Amino acid sequence: MNLQTADILLQMTTALYFMSMTGYLLFLFNQKAFYQKSAFSLISAAIAFHLISMVVYTVAMGHVPIQNLSQSLSVAAFAIGCMFWFFHYKFELKILGVFASILLSAIMLAVLMLPDAPVEKNAVLRGFWLYSHILLVFAGDAALALASGAGILYLLQEKGIKTKHPGFFFKRLPSLDLLDNVGYTCLTTGFALLTIGLVAGFIYAKAIWGRFWSWDPKEVFSVGTWVVYAALLHFRLNSGWRGRKSAIMTIIGFLIIIFTFLGVNMLLGGHHQEFTK
Amino acid sequence: MSKIILIGANYKTAPVELREKLSFTSEEMVAALEHLKKDTDIKESLIFSTCNRTEILYIPETGEQIDKIIAFIAHYKKIAVSEFKNSLYIYKEEEAIHHLFKVASSLDSMVVGEPQILGQIKEAYRIAVANNSSGVLLNRLMHKSFSVAKRVRKETGIGDNAVSISYAATELANKIFSDLSQKSVMLLGAGEMAELAVEHLISNNVKQIVVANRTFKNAVDLADKFGGQVVKFEERESALNDVDIIISSTGATEYVLTRDQVKRAMKKRNHNTLFFIDIAVPRDIDPKINSISNAYVYDIDDLKNIVESNIEQRGKETVKAQRFIEEAVVKFRKWMDGLSVVPTIKSLNDKMTSIVDIECKKTLSNLKHLSPADVEAIKRMTQAIASRTIHDPILFLRNTGDHRDDSLYLNVTRQLFNLDIPEEK
Repeated sequence: MNLQTADILLQMTTALYFMSMTGYLLFLFNQKAFYQKSAFSLISAAIAFHLISMVVYTVAMGHVPIQNLSQSLSVAAFAIGCMFWFFHYKFELKILGVFASILLSAIMLAVLMLPDAPVEKNAVLRGFWLYSHILLVFAGDAALALASGAGILYLLQEKGIKTKHPGFFFKRLPSLDLLDNVGYTCLTTGFALLTIGLVAGFIYAKAIWGRFWSWDPKEVFSVGTWVVYAALLHFRLNSGWRGRKSAIMTIIGFLIIIFTFLGVNMLLGGHHQEFTK
Repeated sequence: MSKIILIGANYKTAPVELREKLSFTSEEMVAALEHLKKDTDIKESLIFSTCNRTEILYIPETGEQIDKIIAFIAHYKKIAVSEFKNSLYIYKEEEAIHHLFKVASSLDSMVVGEPQILGQIKEAYRIAVANNSSGVLLNRLMHKSFSVAKRVRKETGIGDNAVSISYAATELANKIFSDLSQKSVMLLGAGEMAELAVEHLISNNVKQIVVANRTFKNAVDLADKFGGQVVKFEERESALNDVDIIISSTGATEYVLTRDQVKRAMKKRNHNTLFFIDIAVPRDIDPKINSISNAYVYDIDDLKNIVESNIEQRGKETVKAQRFIEEAVVKFRKWMDGLSVVPTIKSLNDKMTSIVDIECKKTLSNLKHLSPADVEAIKRMTQAIASRTIHDPILFLRNTGDHRDDSLYLNVTRQLFNLDIPEEK
């Protein structure tokens, strides 16, 4: 059990994600059940390898691999993989695998390309509240990523039907109702996780720095993201923002998440910076 | 050598009145097959008859027996030969096989790709088998036609596209709503067009049907027919709260639903999706409604466009299906050619020789102490055993005649000794 093993496992994981993406793309064009089944098996294997790789790393280094940008992205990918797996069984929305596998492959490519310099163990990074904070925020962001995926599929299908030119996607995508439903479930799940995750973060901040809130840029943007999603949910429930509007908003929301995750650290600094350097 | 012959008439060659006269009910089919079976000139026979075609597929004992079959149809259906002879097509050998495969794959149907035809052919085959009128050749031919049809259905998109307006509308509804059984339909106008349009939706078991019509009585009649509800025509705007699909076919010259009406209704139904199908000319539903979010309007021209592009798509898939059929015809032809005495005896001999060779090689390579003369003797002995074993079967196969069905024994031989090249599944 050492770092090298973890690295090799991570490379295998990436290869599996790419193979799964190939399978899903073949399925998109050919619509043969065999491709979809193979692609799903591959992505399941990839998630399992991913988990093993993280366990091996943790055992070897004595801490969870979430110390730098490469590792954080890897954890994000793992969270998205797990969420996809969960929603796949809940909705049988096979075509969402196309989105998930492309996203996962892209993130894992970045993980492997970014420098993975071992970081000094940081005394601040420990404790129940911290791990709850990280786990919940990552899981929530993953569900919101899938919501934006469902949103993209919705827009593709909706455009064809609205403009009366049902084309390539018409047969390949499920009904608008179902896509909207999946997006909504992903949205509510993600929002709930994100909310609890942020609360856990505040509690942790209070314990470490003695205050809930310190105007850290990432804090500001995270709460901003939360407000965007809260607004979307509010309008959806009260003003009928369903369908197209909701789909566009989930995609915008996800773009803000990406910026919060990457952009804030690169451009604005703050006390979250260490893990995404 | 047996011949496969197919005589028939379909919607391309005969008008509906004639097709009706030529069609066989299941009972008539049984009686007709019984009759053909007694005829010693006809070895195997099968009849399939739908509203679009009547075809007789048979294997004559000698000659072609075409006139006999035509006379049989005339006699049996009590119709003069001159009345239908010009509408008949007669296919022999490959052409007959090809035609059968085309029919089974639904390439010869009026609506190409429609799924019923295969079931109808299977039923015709079942009747032939039950009456013992089909034999080795037709059995195999029919089974091949089923597998070709299955392959065409599975590997081409021929059955995928909606080529009727009603079907296209249903397909759209299925891509907008996830579960039509939870959705309600409102019919504006109680004409025949409306009835035709909902036909498919109703077979999809929608939750409820609501009818609104200017003449209340007609609305009641139509609602009764579908077990639906009636609302007054003036109530149509408020009825939008409770329905999801609106099918409009009134004779009105102005829009019966305007953008403002639907906008108001949308708010009340919390922006849940509405799907308008406007089959009236001039149009009933304001096309501007399509710009409201979560509202979709398709008029008759939009639906026609979809149907047309689907028909075009189907044409492309047909080319692929044709290729599968050609392949299957060639394969079947090969099997039939093998089903004569000389090639069967030859493959039987070849098989035995190869077994002897393999076994001798295996055994003798371990018996190094034998002299060349011994080896030679053993080889000769094994060859003799092999040829003695198949001597009697070969004599039996050579001794044709005696009014027996040679293809039956040839087929059994080929199966017992596994002489046919295995086919991919």
